[in-house]
Amino acid sequence: MNENTFKKRKLQTTVFFIAIIAVSFFSASMTDFNLIDGILTIPSAFIWMGENLIITADTLSKLPNIMEKLIETIFMSIAATTTAAILSFFLGVAGSKTTAVNGVLSAFARLIASFARNIPVVAWALILLLSFGQNSMTGFLALFVGTVGFLTRAFIESIDEAGISAFEALTATGATYFQIVAKAVIPQCLPQMISWILFMIETNIRSATLVGILTGTGIGYAFDLYYKMLDYQAVALVTLLIVVAVIMIELLSNHVRKVIL
Amino acid sequence: MDSVYVKRNKAGRINIKAGNKVNSVINTTVISLTLLTVIAFLLFDYTGLDIGRAVVETASNLKTMFLQPAFSHFTWREGLYQLGVTISLAVLATILGAIIAFFLALWSAVNLSNRWVSKAIKIFVAFIRAVPTVLWVLIFAIAAGLGSEAAILGMLFHSVAYLVKAFSEAFEEVDKGMLEALKSTGAGWWQTVTHAVIPSTSTYLLSWTFLRFEINFSVAVAMGAAAGAGGIGFELFMASGFYFDLREVGFITYAILLVAIVLEMMSTKLKQRYFPSAVK
Repeated sequence: MNENTFKKRKLQTTVFFIAIIAVSFFSASMTDFNLIDGILTIPSAFIWMGENLIITADTLSKLPNIMEKLIETIFMSIAATTTAAILSFFLGVAGSKTTAVNGVLSAFARLIASFARNIPVVAWALILLLSFGQNSMTGFLALFVGTVGFLTRAFIESIDEAGISAFEALTATGATYFQIVAKAVIPQCLPQMISWILFMIETNIRSATLVGILTGTGIGYAFDLYYKMLDYQAVALVTLLIVVAVIMIELLSNHVRKVIL
Repeated sequence: MDSVYVKRNKAGRINIKAGNKVNSVINTTVISLTLLTVIAFLLFDYTGLDIGRAVVETASNLKTMFLQPAFSHFTWREGLYQLGVTISLAVLATILGAIIAFFLALWSAVNLSNRWVSKAIKIFVAFIRAVPTVLWVLIFAIAAGLGSEAAILGMLFHSVAYLVKAFSEAFEEVDKGMLEALKSTGAGWWQTVTHAVIPSTSTYLLSWTFLRFEINFSVAVAMGAAAGAGGIGFELFMASGFYFDLREVGFITYAILLVAIVLEMMSTKLKQRYFPSAVK
């Protein structure tokens, strides 16, 4: 390294930062965002939260109702994740380089996954809402499609990462394709896959809230309802319950992950 | 040759017993998830659902959407502008988030900070992450009014929480010897950060920030639809919820898909270049 390398590096860094600042200013003008206003909002937002988001004894009477909605949301995310995991497993086996049956099927599996993943869950929810109506099925299917997209990619990576040696060893013994998948691929990749499934359940509970606001189901609906009724005590209770549920599931899945990985 | 990974217990022995703990935990997890799924389907609220009709209708809707996309409530220019607004929301939330997360991560990395400060920040961040983004946006919307400020602040909170975790893990992996060497020359904390920590982690930090940008794009679409933050997400919400214009929904979906795929391709390249071993 000589002096010029340092000079060049410094120049690159400067150009990079100027570009970032320019992009930020452009974005701010596109969205009418004022940084000073934004920063000034934060303290007032927190003061407002401290004053209004208080759970009183009165609100607790709504607890059974909210709990019911929360449980609906949790069940919806679990069901969407596990059913999606089953489909993703097949797509993952078809899509992975190690276990691919043929190139066309593999490309097809990857294409489906990419399509399902890159269209946001909100878009799926709005599309499905048109014909499925306001019930649990809409939210379930929206989460299902998004999860299939994500899990298929994760499963393909897990199977690829496990390596080809076990697959080759079983091929050499004359095992059939399904025997190889059942005895080599599944035992090797199952811990990784379960870890991804647990991660997706956590993510889906948060997405389910968003989907619930759009499709009128579960805890998202409860939040939206109280929010629009300006019943901020109930809003606080709903938020608190979501936080408790998410953290509990996170702790539980961290525990499982620690043992199996 | 890649070596085969063998699971070992604490004493370093290979576990060969049939009913070991790992297997029993895996089995319990699989069985309980299956049971919960079955219960979920029994508990679902099926009000007003005619599954056969709904599936047929959705199929024909999807056909109209994806095979005949068109737009009628906005022009090319407006459509591009709205897409630009969504991308801008994501850009601002990501850049501001990265700046704030950088400092918080310095204080939460155990090798650069006090143990208690680090713990406090980590708990705070876990709490922020547990609240869904849309709830943050809606809560900020009460204080700041609906608009870009509320949306960006709400998205910012989640971006900060995500990036603090990623950044502090990168900082914690900085070579101990390097920090010690600088300390022995009498360099202060800030000098250590600028001359050892930043140069050795900057590519990671930038990659993580870009990965977050990819996530923030789809979050920005969602916020437009669910929290009235504007941009292409709001157009999508209007097209499907108010105009019932499937062709327009199709057009908007294609636009979102295009941006998302470009972003994903870029981030896959980044991941292959900088994190060859990490899957996340």
